[in-house]
Amino acid sequence: MTESDEPTTTPSQDDAEPRTGETQSSAERPGAGLEPYGTEPARAVVAGRERRGMFGVRGTGDTSGYGGLRLPAYTPPAAERPYGGWFDDFADEFLAALADNDIESSAIQQVTIDRGEITFYVQRERIVDVCRTLRDDAGLRFEMCSSISGVDYGPDVPQRLHSVYHLLSMTYRRRIRLEVTLDVDDPHVPSVVDVYPTADWHEREAYDMFGIVYDGHPALTRILMPDDWDGFPQRKDYPLGGIPVEYKGAEIPPPDQRRAYS
Amino acid sequence: MSETDAMGDHNGGHPSSERPDARSEASTARSTQSETDRLSNATTGTDTTENGADSQPPAAARMTTEGPVYTVTGGDWDDVMSEVGGDERIVMNLGPQHPSTHGVLRLVLELEGETVTDLRSVIGYLHTGIEKNTEYRTWTQGVTFVTRMDYLAPLSNEAAYCMGVEKLLGIEVPERAQVIRVLLLEINRISSHMVALATGGMELGALTGMTAGFREREEALHLLEFLTGLRMNHAFIRPGGIAQDLPTDAPEKIDEFVKTMDKRLPDYDKLLTGQPIWQQRLQGIGYLPVDACLALGVTGPVLRSAGLPWDLRKTEPYFGYEDYEFDVPVAHEADGYARYLLRVEEIHQSLRIIKQAVKKLEPGPVMVEDKKIAWPAQLSISSDGMGNSLEHVRKIMGQSMESLIHHFKLVTEGFSVPPGQVYAAVEAPRGELGYHMVSDGGTRPMRVHVRDPSFVNLQSMPAMSEGGMVADVIAAVASLDPVMGGCDR
Repeated sequence: MTESDEPTTTPSQDDAEPRTGETQSSAERPGAGLEPYGTEPARAVVAGRERRGMFGVRGTGDTSGYGGLRLPAYTPPAAERPYGGWFDDFADEFLAALADNDIESSAIQQVTIDRGEITFYVQRERIVDVCRTLRDDAGLRFEMCSSISGVDYGPDVPQRLHSVYHLLSMTYRRRIRLEVTLDVDDPHVPSVVDVYPTADWHEREAYDMFGIVYDGHPALTRILMPDDWDGFPQRKDYPLGGIPVEYKGAEIPPPDQRRAYS
Repeated sequence: MSETDAMGDHNGGHPSSERPDARSEASTARSTQSETDRLSNATTGTDTTENGADSQPPAAARMTTEGPVYTVTGGDWDDVMSEVGGDERIVMNLGPQHPSTHGVLRLVLELEGETVTDLRSVIGYLHTGIEKNTEYRTWTQGVTFVTRMDYLAPLSNEAAYCMGVEKLLGIEVPERAQVIRVLLLEINRISSHMVALATGGMELGALTGMTAGFREREEALHLLEFLTGLRMNHAFIRPGGIAQDLPTDAPEKIDEFVKTMDKRLPDYDKLLTGQPIWQQRLQGIGYLPVDACLALGVTGPVLRSAGLPWDLRKTEPYFGYEDYEFDVPVAHEADGYARYLLRVEEIHQSLRIIKQAVKKLEPGPVMVEDKKIAWPAQLSISSDGMGNSLEHVRKIMGQSMESLIHHFKLVTEGFSVPPGQVYAAVEAPRGELGYHMVSDGGTRPMRVHVRDPSFVNLQSMPAMSEGGMVADVIAAVASLDPVMGGCDR
């Protein structure tokens, strides 16, 4: 899926080119296709984790050579015009509406089209304005916010926390996805409760599970976990927990300690 | 709880004729001391004094730092108010363990007399971490988890989950599997709506409605058991198709079920629809107009009761719903009674779809051809009651080493799904059930987020109840029909 056929390279790449097979060799470098529209330097949206080896074997024991296999983390490729389907009409309308509302187009960092769904990566400072435009503009009319969910891509990923918004336009029967990427050390994003009141519980859940802080939320408290809970349970570095179980004389380890093949 | 507390320290369950007053603890505490020497005097059971049961206060009081706390377990509201007294602000806690809160939902109400001025819902009592758990299982195993979330609509959960996985994989499900999915989803919709009517009736005191609703639901569950092997938590819909083909005499059984339901459904009109008490308890109650529904993200029968014919089966058809003839019932009253009528009408429409689906059942595969995804064997129940396929075992043990390896890898490791994310939504009995699924290319999900309609719809509780009476809060919850297993996940 990682597209690398686009003839762009980012100026901020390492000066010292690593040799083939080394860490940071071309297989691992976030490649092209990640150029944002705006003036901000390219910053790869990483949406996946890096893999090493096969068959879940770590350290010794693997003589197959597959242990040295390295797969870079997935980065969603940016879409290119024409997008196809209703996406082009919609994107024209959307960009025009942004301009009408004095929102610079760099607020949209990247557009990705995958499996028939369109995703806009939005600058976090502008998420509320973008949502308001999408809701109020007569040619867009995203009346409903279906869902807001947090995603954590794991400790090794830059900007590992994502806040994902699924908007639905009942007038035009369209669905789009907005995504804001966040650093785990600065997990702040403006709340969209003012625009979509339904975001209230969704944002509380994302805060509860991922520790994403929605600034401006009327009462950002835990919703599913007890109020005095420590940590954010759905982050990748939070253990699942569990106890080993004996079955027919053998000990079955808890799920998070079983061998993973991927 | 507070009764035993009170008995332990001061006056709560004291059987004397004088009314226990939290503010005169000291004096009563002393008299309690002497009387509890005899065990019979210390019980809080039947009042055997000459005054009889009237001497029991309707609301046992207990003093806290926040003011007096009363535990009310029944009785007349006027008696409670005369006991509690005053026109002070009352904060009332309802649930989480209460038969009329539709599961473990806790409502905190602020009252002025009998009028609700403020309402807050407290959820999370049934949080099971299913979303996190799926990140530690293969994509196929995830089905057995998600089916346990909204336990009244397990098949909707499975269907939406599998739709998401199939969208990520980019595969098309065979025709027969799609028809069977539609069939199961509609049977499930009937059983879910039956529970909505039944528990709704129970919460409003119409207990015959409950027994009747659960009787009909049992018919639906019997049928589902016959078709899938389990009454609930089927895990029958799998990524790529369904787990098994239907039994050979399935069409007859389904016809029988449809006939039974067609015969019994008019009973509900006799029992509830025209009943004046039922109408008075529900008409104009739980009012939520269409703009409030959209702002609060409310979907399903609640949105349709406000006049918007939004049904994902029509607006974003999946599993070939566009090929079925059915109507989306709509009402404009936006109240609890309209939602009740819609649910009954939706049952009729589901029966219509089921009849068409049975006719559409053509022989064919029920799983994708791709053996990298499809389970290697069509299992059957053997004599020990376990799923087994002797031919398959014979083949992998005796003839084909590669098949054995393939079987082992698929079952233990699972299939890997190309990286990316999707949002897949189906029209569950309660509204839009959406799955936001993220794959990082592995054999396990990176993230599965469930947009459960119960979770979102419950947000409308304050909008529907504030300014109304306490008793109408119950009617409003019942008209939403939340399932806390789905809400808390």
